[in-house]
Amino acid sequence: MLPPLEELKTALEELLPGVAITIDDGSFLIGASDLTAVCRCLKDTERFHLDYLANLTAIDYLPDLPALSAVPSGTGQAGAPSSNQTGAAQAGRIELVYHLYSMAKKHGPVTLKVKLPRGNPTVVSVTPIWRGAEFQEREAYDLYGVTFTGHPDLRRILMWDGFSGYPMRKDYVPEDQDTLEHSV
Amino acid sequence: MAIDEGLQSELKKHGVYVTTWDQLVNWGRSNSIWPLQFGLACCAIEMIATAASRYDIARFGSEIFRASPRQADLMIVAGTVTKKMTPQVVRLYNQMAEPKYVISMGACATSGGPFHTGYNVLKGIDRFIPVDVYIPGCPPTPQALLEGLMKLQQQIKSRSMGQEVNKKQGEYPIPAFGASGLEPRYNPEVWQPPQPASIPMTSTTPPAS
Repeated sequence: MLPPLEELKTALEELLPGVAITIDDGSFLIGASDLTAVCRCLKDTERFHLDYLANLTAIDYLPDLPALSAVPSGTGQAGAPSSNQTGAAQAGRIELVYHLYSMAKKHGPVTLKVKLPRGNPTVVSVTPIWRGAEFQEREAYDLYGVTFTGHPDLRRILMWDGFSGYPMRKDYVPEDQDTLEHSV
Repeated sequence: MAIDEGLQSELKKHGVYVTTWDQLVNWGRSNSIWPLQFGLACCAIEMIATAASRYDIARFGSEIFRASPRQADLMIVAGTVTKKMTPQVVRLYNQMAEPKYVISMGACATSGGPFHTGYNVLKGIDRFIPVDVYIPGCPPTPQALLEGLMKLQQQIKSRSMGQEVNKKQGEYPIPAFGASGLEPRYNPEVWQPPQPASIPMTSTTPPAS
């Protein structure tokens, strides 16, 4: 059995000085530049030995709608804090989620999250660490447009090569199949 | 040419059997429809159940599922047709020997079903190939598939042999992959988008007598 998240966090921070880890809703939130170091540590350290990447996926968060951010400012609060927050929220973000298990130690899952800017989501590949990440990273690349640097074979896996756009992003508009030609 | 059924049964009592060439041939054709062994999604599981002993499609002469389109008469489109699968489905249909029939099994093959707003699903196989029988359901029960097969048998029996020989389906164009879906999005010779319902005109001028 794995110890509670807080203990894991302090253990990780002792092993990896200078790496910022926050606990976010039952998972570790880490910076994109620390991903390789954290993953190597979680896999190779005898105590964790997380040798199995069960899941790697992406979540698309659209920029906050103006109507939603306007509600608190309209209820009597000062408008300054909300306008300050929207600067970061307007770009939106893509979150990558990693679920790790240990087959050797029979424990898990440990959840890692990485937040990326929605405009150009780029992160280092974990395929050199867990070979099974190859197809899952290709799927995130295909459907969400996340670029994984260091991936051995990064190309579309489900959609065909000539497809444009990332269909699982929330602002993707599917074609109208009832019109024969593009109406543009 | 139809023959008088009363006369036919009366003659049968005396040991004289009368039939027509069409009846004889269609009796054989409608009771030996060999389907293409071809499943796309969960509807295929129901199709397999229909072929197994409990529902026993062999009672209708359709138990020989052929693994080659050259030897099949019927394509049961059993399941969700994704855009990526569509060219292969049309190609298999083109390779089947004439006369050939298509059953669209379930909501997905007919209209895209629960996935009709998706980016990856074709909204009905009838956009590219002609369909003879549509079966509703999600998935249709084996009984519904057998009902659809019986409807197809009725269709085959109702046509004359000469009509069937002369009717050539020919090859249908195979769609290509485009930037956002298939190109073309449908075959206008087979399918046209539904027109908006026209408002019934109450004060039309009566036809000139």
